[in-house]
Parts: sequence; C-alpha cells; structure tokens
Amino acid sequence: MSVDAPTKVIPPAREITTKPRVSDQIFRGIVSTFSFSALVILALIALFLFIQGFSALKAQGFNFITSFEWNVFVDESGKEVASFGLQAMLVGTVVISIIALIIAVPLAVLTALYLTFYAPTRIKNILVTVIDLMAAFPSILYGLWGYFVLMPMAIYWAQLVNKWLGWIYIFDVPEPIFSRSPFIAGIVLSVMIIPIVTSVSREVFSQTPLERVQAAYALGATKWGMIRAVVLPFGANGVVGGSMLGLGRAFGETVAVFSVLNIVYRTNFQVLYTQGGNVASHIIQRFGEAGATEMSALIAAGLVLFLLTLIVNFFANAVVTKTVKSGR
Amino acid sequence: MSEQTESTTPSSLSAVAAARADKKVAGTSPLGTGLEARGVHAWFSKHHALADVSLDFSAGTVTALIGPSGCGKSTFIRTLNRMHEFIPDTSMAGQVLLDGKDVYEPGIDVTKIRLQIGMVFQKPNPFPSMTIGENVLSGLKLAQIKTANPDELMEECLTRAGLWAEVKDRLGAHAGGLSGGQQQRLCIARALAVKPKVLLMDEPCSALDPGSTLRIEETISELSKSMTVVIVTHNMQQAARVSDYTAFFLSDGGPGQMIEVGPTNEIFSRPRDKRTENYVTGRFG
Amino acid sequence: MSTSTVKPTKPWAATPRDRAMMATSVGLAALSTFLIVAGTPLKGKLAYFFVFFIAWLAIDSFFVFSKAGIKGVRNGLAEKLTFLGALIVMMAVASILWSVISRGMAGLNFAYFTETMRNASIFDPIGMGGIAHAIVGTLLLIAISIIISVPMGILTALYLTEIKGKASKFIEFLIQAMAGVPSVVAGLFIYAAIILNTPLRPSAFLGGLALTILMVPTVTRTAQEVLNLVPQDLREAGLAMGATQWKTVALVVVPAARSGLITAVILGVARIAGETAPLLFTVGTFDAFNFNPFVGQNSALPVIVWGGLNGGAAESIQRAWSAILVLLIVVLIIFTAARIFSKRAMKK
Repeated sequence: MSVDAPTKVIPPAREITTKPRVSDQIFRGIVSTFSFSALVILALIALFLFIQGFSALKAQGFNFITSFEWNVFVDESGKEVASFGLQAMLVGTVVISIIALIIAVPLAVLTALYLTFYAPTRIKNILVTVIDLMAAFPSILYGLWGYFVLMPMAIYWAQLVNKWLGWIYIFDVPEPIFSRSPFIAGIVLSVMIIPIVTSVSREVFSQTPLERVQAAYALGATKWGMIRAVVLPFGANGVVGGSMLGLGRAFGETVAVFSVLNIVYRTNFQVLYTQGGNVASHIIQRFGEAGATEMSALIAAGLVLFLLTLIVNFFANAVVTKTVKSGR
Repeated sequence: MSEQTESTTPSSLSAVAAARADKKVAGTSPLGTGLEARGVHAWFSKHHALADVSLDFSAGTVTALIGPSGCGKSTFIRTLNRMHEFIPDTSMAGQVLLDGKDVYEPGIDVTKIRLQIGMVFQKPNPFPSMTIGENVLSGLKLAQIKTANPDELMEECLTRAGLWAEVKDRLGAHAGGLSGGQQQRLCIARALAVKPKVLLMDEPCSALDPGSTLRIEETISELSKSMTVVIVTHNMQQAARVSDYTAFFLSDGGPGQMIEVGPTNEIFSRPRDKRTENYVTGRFG
Repeated sequence: MSTSTVKPTKPWAATPRDRAMMATSVGLAALSTFLIVAGTPLKGKLAYFFVFFIAWLAIDSFFVFSKAGIKGVRNGLAEKLTFLGALIVMMAVASILWSVISRGMAGLNFAYFTETMRNASIFDPIGMGGIAHAIVGTLLLIAISIIISVPMGILTALYLTEIKGKASKFIEFLIQAMAGVPSVVAGLFIYAAIILNTPLRPSAFLGGLALTILMVPTVTRTAQEVLNLVPQDLREAGLAMGATQWKTVALVVVPAARSGLITAVILGVARIAGETAPLLFTVGTFDAFNFNPFVGQNSALPVIVWGGLNGGAAESIQRAWSAILVLLIVVLIIFTAARIFSKRAMKK
C-alpha cells in the first residue's frame, strides 16, 4: 500500500439516452391516448350534465340544493312557473343510505370476522363465492325481491318497532301505513352493499400482521380478546373505507329503491312511514313526463348526484388505499 | 445470523459459562417445580418435525436451546406454551408438565396455561395501537385480571425489564416510537406483568444491536431468580453468558431431536456427543 | 434412529365431552324455544330463529363460564355472533335465490324463449308472447359494450402496467372515479349529450355507450391486476432478445395474461348485463325484434322486468319474475365462466 494514495476522481454519471423506435413511439402514443379517454369521458359527463342542466340551475340558483319544492305548472297568464329544489330528495338519499349502513356494516364486519377467523376452509370458500355472486345480482332483482318477499315481513317488523318505540319521533307515523317506506328501502339497500363492505373488511382482516396476533395469544388472550386487541384496531380504517364505498353505491341506487319506496316529494324523517325518495329514483320517476324545463332540472339533479358520489368515492378510496398500503 | 466476532474455541465459551455458574447464587426455589417435557413430538401436517424430546427445566434456571437452523428448536418451545396448535393442521404427541400437571390435558383452559408460560418473540411485537403503559398492562386486560395498583405493577415490570428509566416520563406515548431494543424490553415487561412461572424466549436478541442485547441478557439473569427461563439462541456466546443449562438440537434430515443436554460449561468444554462437539467448535452450523 | 410408533394427536381438538356439552346446550335451547314461543305472542319463523339463538347463547354461556370464566363467555358470545351475522347474510341470499327460482319457473315455456311481444301484451296470460326480442337486445348491448370498452380498458391497463408513465396515479384515480359513477348518471349523460344535441334517438347503440362507461373501470382494474401478475422476467426476456416494447407486449405479455384478460372482459359483462336504469334513458322499449343497433328503440331483459313490475297485474308480474330468472341464469353463467378463466390464469 502506497503511503500517499492518489486522489481518485469520480467521473460524473453518464447520461443514458434511448430514443424509442418509431413503432414504440406509436405504441406509447396509442396507449396513452386511450388511457386519457377516461379523463375525457368524466369531463364530458360533467360538461354535458352541466350544459343541459344549466338553464334550471340558472333559474333556481342556490335554491336548487336547498329548496323543498319540485313542481312546474302553467299559471293563469299562460306563463310557465317552475320551482325546483332538491333538498327533500337529498335528505331522502342520506336517510335511506344511513339506514342501509346501520344494518349492513355490523353484519358485514361479523361476516368478515367469521370468514377470516372462525369458518372451516370449505365453508369459507363456499361463502366467499356466494358473497361474490351476491355482488353480481342485478339491482332490479333486489327491487322485485324487496317488494314481493321482504316487504310483508318488513311491514310486520315496522309495526313492532312502531308499537314499542313509537314515542320516538323517527319511529312514529302520521297514519299506520308501513309499506314502501324508507325503512324498507334501507333494508334492501343494506343487502345490496353487504358484499362490498364484507369483501373489503375481509381483505383488511386477513392482512393483520401475524406477529401481533401471536403476541396477543402468547399473553393468554382468547380468540375474541385477540380480535379486539389486534384485528379491530388494525382493520378499522379498512372497514370505514369499505363502508364509504358501500355508501357511494347506495347513493346512486335507482331501480331497487324505486320499487320499494313510495316516492313523495317531501322531506320525511319518520322512516317507518310510506314516504321518501332519493335523487336517482326521483329522476326516473319524473323523466317520462318531463317537459323541457323540467328535463333541464332533472339533468341538473343528475349532475348533483354525480358530484356527490364522486366526492364520497374519492374519500372512500383514499381511506382504503391508505390502510392497505401502510399496513398500520 | 449474528456474526461471531469473539473466538469460539470451546475453552473460551466454557470459561464464560463457568464464570457464570460461579456468579449464580443458589436460587431459593421459586414457584413450583418447573417445566418438564416428556417425549414431545410435533408434526406439520404429515411432516414429522420434532421427535421424542424430553427436557426437564428446573425452577429458577435458565436453559439455552442451541443448534443449527431448522432443527426444531422454535417448534419445540412453541409446544411448551401451546402456540404450536395455531398453525393449521398440526399435531403433537407427548406431555408437557407444568408443576406436575400436563398442559395438554383435555378440558383445560389453555389461556390460563399461556398466562403461566409467557413468550417473547424474535421480532419485537408491541401493540402499536396502545401506549407504552397500556402495552405493559395489556396481558392483564386480555385475561380480565384486576390489580389493586396498576401503576405500581407497571413500574415494577418496566424496571425488571430494564426500561423504566427510559420511558417513565412518557408512558402515554405510543409504543411504535421506541427503538428495536426498547420495544423488545417492552415486550418483556408486558410478559412479566401477568406473573408467569416460565418465560420462553425465541431468539429475542437476534434482531437487535449489541447494546440492547447486553441489556436484555442482564435482564435474563435477573429474571431467573424468580422464574424459569428457556431461551432459543443461535449465538453460542450468548448461551454461555446467560444459561445454566444448554440443550443441543440437531436434525439429520429427519425430525429434529435433542442430542444432548447438560450444564452449560460442560456442554462447551466436555460435550459427550461428537455432533455436539462439532457444532460448538464451529465445524458446522 | 427414532422408531415412529408414536401417533400424532390433537389434544386441543373438541373432545367427546365437549361435543356432548354442545349437543346438550343446543337441545335445551330448542326445548326452551318451543316453550317460549308457545307461551308468548311471538309468531313466525323468524321468531323461532331469534328465540332459539338467544336461548342457545344463554345456555351455552353457563357451560362456558364454568370452564373459562367471564372472558370465556365473551369469547363464546363473539364466536356465535359472528356466525349469526354470516348466517343472516346467507339467509338473505337464499331467500333471493329461492324466490326467483320458485316464482320465475312458472312462467317459463318454449314460447317464452322464442316469441316476442309483438302480438301480445304483458297483461295477456302466460303462453302468449315471450322475451326472444329482449334476449337479442341484451346480446346487442353486450356486444356493443365489449367492442368499445375492451380496447379502452385493456389499453388503459397496459398504460398502467407497461408504460408506467407519470400520469399513472392520475389515471388510476380517474378509473376509480369512473367506477363510482351511478348507472343512472351514465344513462342521463348519454341522453343529455347525444339525444338532446344530435338527431340520434334511443337505440341499442346509445345504450351500449352508456354501459361502456360502467364496464371500462371493471375491465381496466381486473386487466391491470392480471397484467401485473405476469412475471417481469418474461418482459425482460423479450427485450433482451432485441424486441421492441410493443412487440414484447403484444407477443409475450398479453398472451401470457390471456386467461386473466378474458376474465376481465367477462367480469365487465357481468357488471352490465343486469343494469336497468341507463337503458331507460337510452334504449327505450320495443316489442319485436330489432337487429339494427343503430336505428330504432330496442328491448332488453332488465327493461322487461321493469315493465312487468310496473304493470302491476298478476300476468305482468309473472313475466317479470320469469325474465329476472332468465337474467339471473345468464349472470350466473357469466360469473362461473369468469371463475373458470381466473382459475386458469392463477394456475400459470
């Protein structure tokens, strides 16, 4: 070894340039263009809904969201008078979606826990297949089943709830008509969103880090003790994300809700009573006979629904991705 | 995985072990008669992983289990606290006696067994959703055991684990902010809180730096005064430093077996079996 | 050296005594259920079900408490509740399947599959008229959707997995956003954009466009997953042989992912086959065959169900059930095909 080691000069990194061949450039060009079509489509949706809905939005202003009336008629002087306000339907959307979540989330979490920690392998595989199948059922099927099969039972339950808990406002009814109520629509919606909440929850639960599970067991925990100490804290985010995805689905549900809910344009918090609605089924209901003015309003309503589900789904996906990625 | 930087001649190892044997005060016999494994076998599905291991861990001693990777040491200690059965489709044979009673007795409450036989794992695994204080007491909460004085118990366990001084001002902080060595000592404190009779340690220092390793080894020596400790280790110097007895495990392609057991300084200086001698002199493994 | 005369055992498995205790608690619960239901005004199958469950929970808790204390009781309760949750979900599915099959079967006959509604109304008795035109309509819709969304979906997936450009995160975000578009909005959009602004009128083509919006995200996401499963070695092997990227993708990657890509398409079809709402805005209704997807209104299975349900009469409702049975069978076939292809994709 020399005493004075010569100082080494580290050369700068060489720039590696590759010019893709023409065929590859074309390839990349085509692929990129088609990918951005997603952006184009979404933008077009927003654009056209806005353009066609503009006249209604302009006429109503902010009242479109807040006011409670929805009617258009021709008054004595032959002039068309229109008043469109979505609030009743927006409230209705939220009401039935919340009922759906209240029923669906506990059932989905219990089912996901059962599948991940208790079910024997063969039963688990069958149940997972069935739940995936459930996700593929057409919505109109839930509408038919909801109306003809579920409703008679649900009316009976509603009567029971009204009998014992009717002193609470939301369980009271102005007259004893319990068919086609937000309660029933909420139950039907809950069955529709259970598959997605269960799937997401199941995925999160199965990713619980094994070392924490073992730590709990080594301390003498029972299976439920372990689930409470390790699985649920770990999976809470995922369950929330999955529930929000379910919520997004519930917001936009149309034909199933239309079949089991009496669409009446009034804000109704008395969920056992035969009166309610959501934006999507309202659009369907009025579409057939709408004149140009009302059509503009319906399209504007569609725009509101679009933006609403966009926001909910954005947050839902953010929460789910955060859980799955960070593993926390 | 731990690189042996000191010389590994049997004489140096046995010197360390002998020095330790001298230092060890004749322990007043603590709780019970200790842990005994009789004819323990373990299978993973059809694969016979462990055959006919019989070991008697006297109360108040530290026993090290050494041997090359894959010869069943970890599987063995998991049969001691009935963690082996969590892996799907496993089976076992033989008996594990705690104070003379078989822990595999049908009808026994297995969670109670695990309270009496605690475990510390290779990778520190505190509960990240709990604070440091909550972690220490988590075993009590899981077992629904009430204590009159939780703060006192927390301080006692953290002191015994050698962590109290470093965390006493931040018991409310989240456990995830601690270093690896601190987390492992937290796990030891957590295991101590339920007052086990036996503490099983599965390579507890292999993921830690030498400073933390030394702290934990000091802890082990202290702990052995009031409980039985069984430690699996790849580091023969560690075995020589901390254990009173050493058992050597080996697999010759078939199920793992316990080849030889004896006082630590004898295993390292005058092993009876040729295979033990080959291992401790570094000829393989 | 060791003789294997020792038998492996599982001392932690349920012993005969455990099983006996289980059977006893179930039996006692059943007994008390009958007594309770007989003695109180509760009625109906569900009453039996819930009373039994509560009784079983209570009785079993006694047994468990003696063995494992309060934490054992909690453990047992949790286990039974998770089982109950799963059971309720399964009961709902079973109810749906049972009602479709039992109610739909009555309306099926040969005429149902071969005739159209040209000479019959939905209020006529079963046996007159059928859904042949709706089957054709649904097939047209599926075909149009496939033609547009498969290239779009797969190319987008290729961008995400092969090119991995800087816009990838943004594109993924867009696809997620598209996946959340409610079906009614997709239909309303086509109506607002095309029917109100161009001379085009409701047709199968426009319905296909609306369904495309719903299908593309499913195809893209599944295709992305399966393309990511193709080992990187294959791509490197292709490039190392001097092939251009597009040749590698076309001749190596895509064929390797073939089964998975077919799965992606099938799942996309399953997504749209049963959609009703978008069709109401874009396809209209029609009582006879219309093989021209570009001109004139058309029919589709979900719309038949919708019409029958809203008709309100017994005959029309029967037609609705039968149509949904057919639709469900179609969806089931598509779903099973998707599983078969995805298993093939996994095997690779």
